[in-house]
Amino acid sequence: MNSRSLQTTIIFLVVGGILALSLGGFFGTASRQVGSVLIEIQTWFSSRFIGLQDFITAPRDIVSLRTRNTELEAQVSQLQTQVIELQQRVNETEILAALVNFSRSNPESTYKAAAVIGRDPSPFLHYIIINRGSNDDIQRGMPVVTNQGLVGRIDAVIADAARVQLITDPASSINVYLQNAETNAVALGSVTGDVSLDMISQNTVVESGDLILTSGLGGGYPSDLIIGQVVTLRTLEYELFQEATVQLALDFSRLNIVLVITNFRPVNITPLEPLPSP
Amino acid sequence: MRNIIAFPLLGLAVILQTSVIGRINLISGYADLPLILLAAWALQERVKSSWHWTATICLMIGFVSAMPWPVVVVGYFGVVFVAQLLQKRIWQAPLLAMFSVVFVGTLFMHLLSFAVLRISGTPFLFSDVMGLITLPSLLLNMLFSIPIYTFIRDLAVWVYPEEQYE
Repeated sequence: MNSRSLQTTIIFLVVGGILALSLGGFFGTASRQVGSVLIEIQTWFSSRFIGLQDFITAPRDIVSLRTRNTELEAQVSQLQTQVIELQQRVNETEILAALVNFSRSNPESTYKAAAVIGRDPSPFLHYIIINRGSNDDIQRGMPVVTNQGLVGRIDAVIADAARVQLITDPASSINVYLQNAETNAVALGSVTGDVSLDMISQNTVVESGDLILTSGLGGGYPSDLIIGQVVTLRTLEYELFQEATVQLALDFSRLNIVLVITNFRPVNITPLEPLPSP
Repeated sequence: MRNIIAFPLLGLAVILQTSVIGRINLISGYADLPLILLAAWALQERVKSSWHWTATICLMIGFVSAMPWPVVVVGYFGVVFVAQLLQKRIWQAPLLAMFSVVFVGTLFMHLLSFAVLRISGTPFLFSDVMGLITLPSLLLNMLFSIPIYTFIRDLAVWVYPEEQYE
């Protein structure tokens, strides 16, 4: 072994030993101080370099950032649209799920779902237009409901649409049954869209909160469809009947999807009604 | 030939009336878009005859609405009649004429509706109808009058260009 290779071997051994000792933690304080100085120098250079690089490349970055920003804004607006659409679908699904539950819990009737697509052009009349017609076996007189209660009945039908008279229409009158009071009455619509009860016998005790259901009398509607609850009762001694105001079970301003009971045929009792005496 | 725009325009008006305007209510009243359109059209000096538009709108509304046919026909033709009467008298103040026609037309239409429905057995109270339906509808009709008049004036210029007009 010549002197040169011996020198190299010694250097490697010394450096290796120092490294081994430092890794073993024998130079703790000294290595930390050296390391921190080195790191500070490294940081100083690095930060200056980054500053310089930013200064040199800034114009290009602003353009690219603006482009990227525009892209992201477009993406955000697209996602917002999607969120709104999905929210609408969720709402629709919730309504449909409630209607499906309702139809399952009332298996004696068959239903056809329809969307509300319009209202009568005249403010005097409370009618809605639905997107099902005679092509879907919808016929005049069929009751229309939601999971919350009675909506009305089909008034006119064309091939793909039908007009529904709401129970709030001023010309609407329905025979009803007060569940707790066990008596019959008539539910009348009004200009304001409220429903009131009339023809309640003076002897009947009616309390606030009594449930109002269709009685089925007259054959116009099936029985036991919910209409609402009694709010207040008006009793005047000189009148034949009591009157009551009704809290409807259904919000008619938010009707979106309804169910038509397709297996109900209204009964025309006109021939059975007594003729007025001359 | 450009008069054929009446069909899509009036069709759109009826669709908007049933699907949108009918849901923008003030108390129990809402605007009558076909009535305002007809009034604005009939008031245009360039328009020679607005009876075709009136017949079209009567057909459409009569088909959609549960209101008895006579009310729709007499009501809308009455509005156009009033508009044409006023057009010859106060044509120099078109917006004033528009407000007058809409005011008189709305009152006429509502009184007619009230009378016919009352006769046919619907239990209405006159005070309820005036307070809850007619006055709010009147206000909304007035509000809609200005933009619709402007739109219809431009449409009349397009349908009846100057050379044809003269």
